[in-house]
Amino acid sequence: MAFETAAVQEPDYLHVRPKHTGIGAWLLTTDHKRIGLMYLYTILTFFACGVFFGFMLRLELLTPGRTVIDPQTYNSFFTLHGVIMIFLVVIPAVPSIFGNFFLPIMIGAKDVFFPRLNLLSWYLYVIGGTLALVSLFLPGGPVDTGWTFYIPYSVRTTTNVVPAISAVFILGFSSILTGVNFITTIHRMRAPGMTWFRMPLFPWSLYATAWVQVLATPIIGITLLLVGIERIFKVGIFDPALGGDPILYQHLFWTYSHPAVYIILLPAMGVISEVIPVFARRTIFGYKFIAYSSIAIAFFGSLVWGHHMFTAGMSDSSMFIFSFLSFLVSIPSAIKVFNWTATLYKGSIALEVPLLYALAFVIHFSIGGFTGLMIGALSIDIHLQDTAFIVGHFHYVMFGGTGFGIFAAAHYWLPKMFGRMYNKKTAIVAFAHIVIGFNLTYFPMFVMGYLGMPRRYYDYLPQFQIYHVISTVGSWILVAGLIMMVVNLIRGMISGPRVGPDPWGGTTLEWTVPTPPPVENFADVPVVTTGAYDYSRYAETTEKEVVL
Amino acid sequence: MNGTIEVQAVPLHRDDEGSRMGMWLFLFTELILFGGMFIIYAVYRFSHPAEFHLAAQELDTSVGMINTIILLTSSMTMAMAITAIQKKDKILSMALVSATLVLAFAFLVNKFFEWSTKFSHGIYPGSTELMGKPPGEVLYFGLYFVMTGLHALHVMIGMGLLAVNLAFIKRGIVTWDKSVKLETAGLYWHLVDLIWIFLFPLFYLIH
Repeated sequence: MAFETAAVQEPDYLHVRPKHTGIGAWLLTTDHKRIGLMYLYTILTFFACGVFFGFMLRLELLTPGRTVIDPQTYNSFFTLHGVIMIFLVVIPAVPSIFGNFFLPIMIGAKDVFFPRLNLLSWYLYVIGGTLALVSLFLPGGPVDTGWTFYIPYSVRTTTNVVPAISAVFILGFSSILTGVNFITTIHRMRAPGMTWFRMPLFPWSLYATAWVQVLATPIIGITLLLVGIERIFKVGIFDPALGGDPILYQHLFWTYSHPAVYIILLPAMGVISEVIPVFARRTIFGYKFIAYSSIAIAFFGSLVWGHHMFTAGMSDSSMFIFSFLSFLVSIPSAIKVFNWTATLYKGSIALEVPLLYALAFVIHFSIGGFTGLMIGALSIDIHLQDTAFIVGHFHYVMFGGTGFGIFAAAHYWLPKMFGRMYNKKTAIVAFAHIVIGFNLTYFPMFVMGYLGMPRRYYDYLPQFQIYHVISTVGSWILVAGLIMMVVNLIRGMISGPRVGPDPWGGTTLEWTVPTPPPVENFADVPVVTTGAYDYSRYAETTEKEVVL
Repeated sequence: MNGTIEVQAVPLHRDDEGSRMGMWLFLFTELILFGGMFIIYAVYRFSHPAEFHLAAQELDTSVGMINTIILLTSSMTMAMAITAIQKKDKILSMALVSATLVLAFAFLVNKFFEWSTKFSHGIYPGSTELMGKPPGEVLYFGLYFVMTGLHALHVMIGMGLLAVNLAFIKRGIVTWDKSVKLETAGLYWHLVDLIWIFLFPLFYLIH
């Protein structure tokens, strides 16, 4: 009888009667799963803002001269597009949404180590994000420095720099607390038998990321704090008018902001490492290499910041060293790409939506990585620096990489989180729009950048217009695809068909618990006896159908 | 991945080791926060050695030394407070935490007078007196105010933590077998002390 099963089964985290009622059931929760969902909703909101700004930038560049917005608004929009997309979307998205939700479950724990600190991270995130948006409407006007807040302009401009850097400072705090929480969780809360090398690769990537979050974020915190102090109290630190050194600011900024690229990228790589073996029905190829390469990327990635400053004024020998180290980072990245590809080889591939996004990730990331090598080379960088080529490279990694990683994670894990499935046909149509739109938007940037189109410029010469038109039309297709994807996911999660505990045939621990997971995750603490990707059962029954 | 099942820490309701670990990780971030400023100090000291030398003579070494002694003593009372609670002496532990708080307050009072003296000499950010000085001295005093100011802020945060722990001991939340909250507060307090140990020679002693 249905009544009996309901009585036996523990209620899932969405339907449990919580300690606090009403809105407090969410705002005062310490359940890592509910906090993950709160991140999902807030990050989605900020993502929509970021997309809007990006869309407007592309629209403005459709024709030379003024198209829709004036130059000052354009400057503010590219600054806010950068600040929101980097600090509010791609940095927190994977660790805060999917890491929060699945890290404890994947290592067999009932929650993160510091549940209340976890909630505090969310509040800091919301405060920081709100501050960034509020700075738009405060007197003084929206910040127009670019997301890099370069000195001396950031201490001279009259726009709202202080609210914006306070936002980044607070968001950094949130990021640090999440990092501290994850490292401690992974060290202390793994289930019996869950040794380091039985851990799935997503927790591994979160572990490497968390270390970068903890060790690199304070640098941007203090640097931006100093810019704020310099603006408010006129203390001489970076401003050359007061004897300061603007290049020192750039060093400190990139000391964080380059490792931040790996904070952004590593968790998405972790997602891909989960998705590919599940849909290839094969143990991941080179498990240990992928795990170690995450650590290697985190390590080498922290030593290469100087490649952002090749033309800013640096000694030849340090340029040589930074360039060499930048090449080294590509080795662990390539290890991952080769291992993912090798995992697909002779697998029985199920071309589901998450895998499509994962494959797009691999291709885009390869393009982004190769172009990164190009601009990591000293001679080529002199030609390409500060052109649209950089913008193209950056977006291939950040959006084509991490963005697609987020979408893969959403299509892979949302059914587990909500217990319902989205419409797969619509999802594939949306995917096609996003891939085509994405490549149309960003690939022309390589070409026009190579031909000399500078980045961040409001106006351009007529000879570049054809590339701008292609790019802008691409952005329309891209935005249409994004809307289609989000609407499809929301509709699916509200009213889609219900799914069982393991809709994809995954082998990691999150697929062993009921869907949606109960509050305590596990009725009994699991004992782990095998590695994470054990597909031997598929070897025995290859024709086994995965039942939804 | 050999077959043996290595038994890891089963999720316990209490894991002091983990709590301490979390605090240590947080202390790393604090170290790097100040590390960023130490780098700036090093760079500017290297580019303006003579002016840093001159500006450093403005600071009163004896005030700095008194504050160093105060903070070192407070670290000692802090460590003793933890030992006291672990030896089940609740009253002594509370007295020692209070002593730490008093010393921390004395440090801030001292700092206040030190800063006021600078202000009365016309040395404060943006002052005409300071702006008339060469760039190296402007940078020196900029760093002096920011670094000692940020350190003083940490002293205040530490005092807040200690005050909360004092209440915890009183109410029996921190006891001889549940002392990890006081221990982590102690770790934080030692960090505040440690940073001062570096600030003191860099600003007051190196001439």
